[in-house]
Amino acid sequence: MLKDSLTELLYILCGLICFFSVYSTCKDKKHPSKLATALFWSILGFIFTFSRIGTLWGNSEIYINNTVVGYLVLAMAILSASKKVKYNTFNESTADFKEKMAAIIGNKIFIPALSLAIVAFVIAQLWTKQLGSLVALGISAVVASILSLMITKGKCSEMIEDGRRLLEVVGPVSILPQLLAALGSVFAVAGVGDVIAGAIKTVIPEGNIFLGVVTYCIGMALFTMIMGNGFAAFTVITVGIGVPFVFMQGADPAIASTLALTAGFCGTLLTPMAANFNIVPTAILEIDDRKYGLIKYQAPVAIVMLIIHIILMYVWAF
Amino acid sequence: MMIKLIGIVIIVIGFMLKLDTIAVVVIAGIATGLVSGLSFNEVMTILGEGFVTNRHMSIFIISLPVIGLLERYGLRERAAFLIGKIKSLTMGKLTSLYLIIRTVSAMFGLRMGGHVQFIRPLILPMAEGAATSRYGKLDEEDVQTIKGLEGAVENYGNFFGQNFFVASGGVLLIVGVMKEQGYYLEAIDVAKASLPIALIIMIVGTLQFLYYDKKFDKKYLKTFDKSEKANIN
Repeated sequence: MLKDSLTELLYILCGLICFFSVYSTCKDKKHPSKLATALFWSILGFIFTFSRIGTLWGNSEIYINNTVVGYLVLAMAILSASKKVKYNTFNESTADFKEKMAAIIGNKIFIPALSLAIVAFVIAQLWTKQLGSLVALGISAVVASILSLMITKGKCSEMIEDGRRLLEVVGPVSILPQLLAALGSVFAVAGVGDVIAGAIKTVIPEGNIFLGVVTYCIGMALFTMIMGNGFAAFTVITVGIGVPFVFMQGADPAIASTLALTAGFCGTLLTPMAANFNIVPTAILEIDDRKYGLIKYQAPVAIVMLIIHIILMYVWAF
Repeated sequence: MMIKLIGIVIIVIGFMLKLDTIAVVVIAGIATGLVSGLSFNEVMTILGEGFVTNRHMSIFIISLPVIGLLERYGLRERAAFLIGKIKSLTMGKLTSLYLIIRTVSAMFGLRMGGHVQFIRPLILPMAEGAATSRYGKLDEEDVQTIKGLEGAVENYGNFFGQNFFVASGGVLLIVGVMKEQGYYLEAIDVAKASLPIALIIMIVGTLQFLYYDKKFDKKYLKTFDKSEKANIN
């Protein structure tokens, strides 16, 4: 199928960016941690590119065994835990150059940036069945890349260097969403959701839609506050509370799941655990109250937003 | 039965102790699988399969080169230039305007904000400037308030706008997690469902910022306040 082949091609492109990181890391004589870094990105690139390579030409018989991939993921986790996946210097433009080019190029620089979202949206809207959202995204990235090269008059080599820069700066955490979904499948096989659902059933009667919605939204916010990470909370709470108490009661899955994640973000506004959003900025902005300097202003908005989420999910998703 | 929750306990404790995120998640998966009676190899198989079938969550990687190139040629600098042209607003109105700009840019997947890149060098000085030109010298506690609000506005726009972008991490996570539970969603439907909250945060945030405008007016413009009321009457 065309859709599957094209999707596979996108994964291969992602893999190539990982491999470029490997190449640059190996070439970098002053890199502080060459082996671990190169190994991490080559494993990720390998999984992206080769795990289902046969799908590219429609032969799903050619693939890498899932068990092997599992051990490779374990290897990536060990490399990440070793704190040896690092980045060194990149070929970047100077602040002066950026200021100068911003003035020369002007507002046209926003065209490729906006096309990334708009082209993806339009294509996904028109050909959802034939292509799906993912392929639409890939096409929009290609269109935006061509436009950006035309408008900035930059080089392809600069573009690929910038791609690896952004990937390496985020580092191993860039695989977190993908890994959390994989964790979700382990939870599903182990029946974790059933255990949580069973415990909650003793408190909340199943079939009471309103209480289900309240529990799902507040559960998201509370778990996000404890963990400091809305994505991780979403995996756990959706499996344990969302599915039995909201989705199986007939909620629109797209609407309810989307609201659940942002209900979790209300929790992010309330917790010092989300240090990079709430603690680091107090230092950057020189606020005296280093722990609650932002949170105390965010709290009323977070609570109002959480209530709105509950109402919206109850009214709109059912 | 309850022992199956060990994975969640590991995640909660691991994240609280700020241990390596990736390692914590993998250990949680292994522990959950083992206590549920799976062999180590079986856990690896499930983990590997989940990782491969959820590769779409990392698809944002293909948009990194173009975003990086635009940053190299001054995307953020141009945005800062445009925002810097805004003048003669109150603190609250300026912050509300930034909230709208920040939310909308997040909705289009533009990484244009940031406490380091935008708030500290640009928005905070503009807000402080707006406040001092209206009220004269401010009390230290109000200076702190303005800083807190300018820190908060960045989070509001970023958090509640981002899921309208089809390729955002949040959208891809939702699609992936829901698929594991047997619900097949299209990313674009998730993006569309994010629209109301993106609009609502702009309203709720604006109300908060304008409330502080009012509060400062009352505190610093006692005489001015009366004449304004007289004008309205």
